[in-house]
Amino acid sequence: MVATKGCAVIDFLGQVVAWFADSANWLGSSGILNRLREHVQITAAATAASAILAIPPAVWLAHRRIGGTFVVAFVNIGRAIPSFAIVVLFLPISIRLGLGIGFWPTFLALLFLAVPPMFTNAYTGVAEVDPDLVEASRGMGMTDREVLSSVELPMASPVILAAGRVAAVQVVATATLGALVGWGGLGRFIVDGFAIQDNVTVFAGAVLVAGLAIITEVLLGWLEHRLVPVTLRSRPVEVESVVA
Amino acid sequence: MIFLQASDGFFSWSWVAGHLDDIWDRTVEHLILTGIAVFVGMLISLVLSVIALRFRRTYTPITWFTGFLYTIPSLALFAFLVPITGLSILTAEIGLVSYTLLILIRNTVAGIDAVPAATVESARGMGYTDRGLFFSVELPLALPVIIAGIRIAAVTTIGLVTVTALIGQGGLGFFILRGLSLFYSPIGTTQIIVGTVVSVALAVAVDLSLVGIQRIATPWSRRRVAL
Repeated sequence: MVATKGCAVIDFLGQVVAWFADSANWLGSSGILNRLREHVQITAAATAASAILAIPPAVWLAHRRIGGTFVVAFVNIGRAIPSFAIVVLFLPISIRLGLGIGFWPTFLALLFLAVPPMFTNAYTGVAEVDPDLVEASRGMGMTDREVLSSVELPMASPVILAAGRVAAVQVVATATLGALVGWGGLGRFIVDGFAIQDNVTVFAGAVLVAGLAIITEVLLGWLEHRLVPVTLRSRPVEVESVVA
Repeated sequence: MIFLQASDGFFSWSWVAGHLDDIWDRTVEHLILTGIAVFVGMLISLVLSVIALRFRRTYTPITWFTGFLYTIPSLALFAFLVPITGLSILTAEIGLVSYTLLILIRNTVAGIDAVPAATVESARGMGYTDRGLFFSVELPLALPVIIAGIRIAAVTTIGLVTVTALIGQGGLGFFILRGLSLFYSPIGTTQIIVGTVVSVALAVAVDLSLVGIQRIATPWSRRRVAL
């Protein structure tokens, strides 16, 4: 019994390997390469857009120490809203707005989900800069703008960069769900595989999606390490993250 | 939300009125799926936390592995399991439990680490055994931090349960998925909105209940721990 089950697993994994070895699954508009391009494209666009929308106001509000309690509530609400629900909910909204299916409902849902944690993390990063340090720089005669640009922002940069990484990984995960609302991306293999009950495609899609998420995490983690000011590298960074 | 009730029929109250039983059943199912996941997650996390505290060297690999699980997108994790465990509740629970581990272990270890050394020392002086020390001193004192972890795990799980609709489970996610196939009609959008709103309300209710439990269970921390 155990032996036959073992054989079935090996047989299945063999089929998955064969799936990956088949060049027909790599090329063309529904091939891995194009799906990967779509996935990376929407992830980059949504992460960049949410950074542009979230970080400047977060940094400015934190610099002025405005809205602390509001900020904590923001990320908790973000966590309670299921990403699956948001992706689906943006489909009829996008159609109402005349933006159609596919890219826009997915993009808007990603933006909606990535902005709150990005905002909160950037806010806390700046707000938690040692007040003595800020006081000292004011005492040295720095202007308000200099305090922000030469003290608060560099000190908060590890947290802000980590926030960007966490958001990107979350967006990669949520973009998978875009396959449900007519977007391509690597989620297509999983969703289409489910639809035709083809476990090999489902499993291969899972390998691709999980692989992309892990690679994004590792690559951005490495980049983050390179970009953080040398003197701040040894500090542990804690940021809020959300599973999608 | 006003625009959702616009005259062209985005939301149908009559559908809601006609399906209250259905909504209730799915809400209960949602809570059960969440409850099992958080409970099993707590048991596994407690064991792993004890191992990590006892053998410090294991903490990094444990957080590395649970962090790895945490990074895998939920749809992919469920998709990995479907060929093995099928479209079953087991598939859903394995995935859901996986996502609770990192948060729960991190908070349990941090909470117990934060117990003052002097307290541990005096408990030992009073003759507590290792086990007694852990269950009667360290664990209760770490409870506020541990419950903070449980709150995050529970809220996260409630959100993720909706995704399990894609593998035939789903609780309230069922409405979202069925609404998706009818998205062009008010019946569809109504179901999407009901699934979303009730799921968010459930998350808020569970979160507040856990705050209440924490206040009752750790009366000494009421003044110190901010909500």
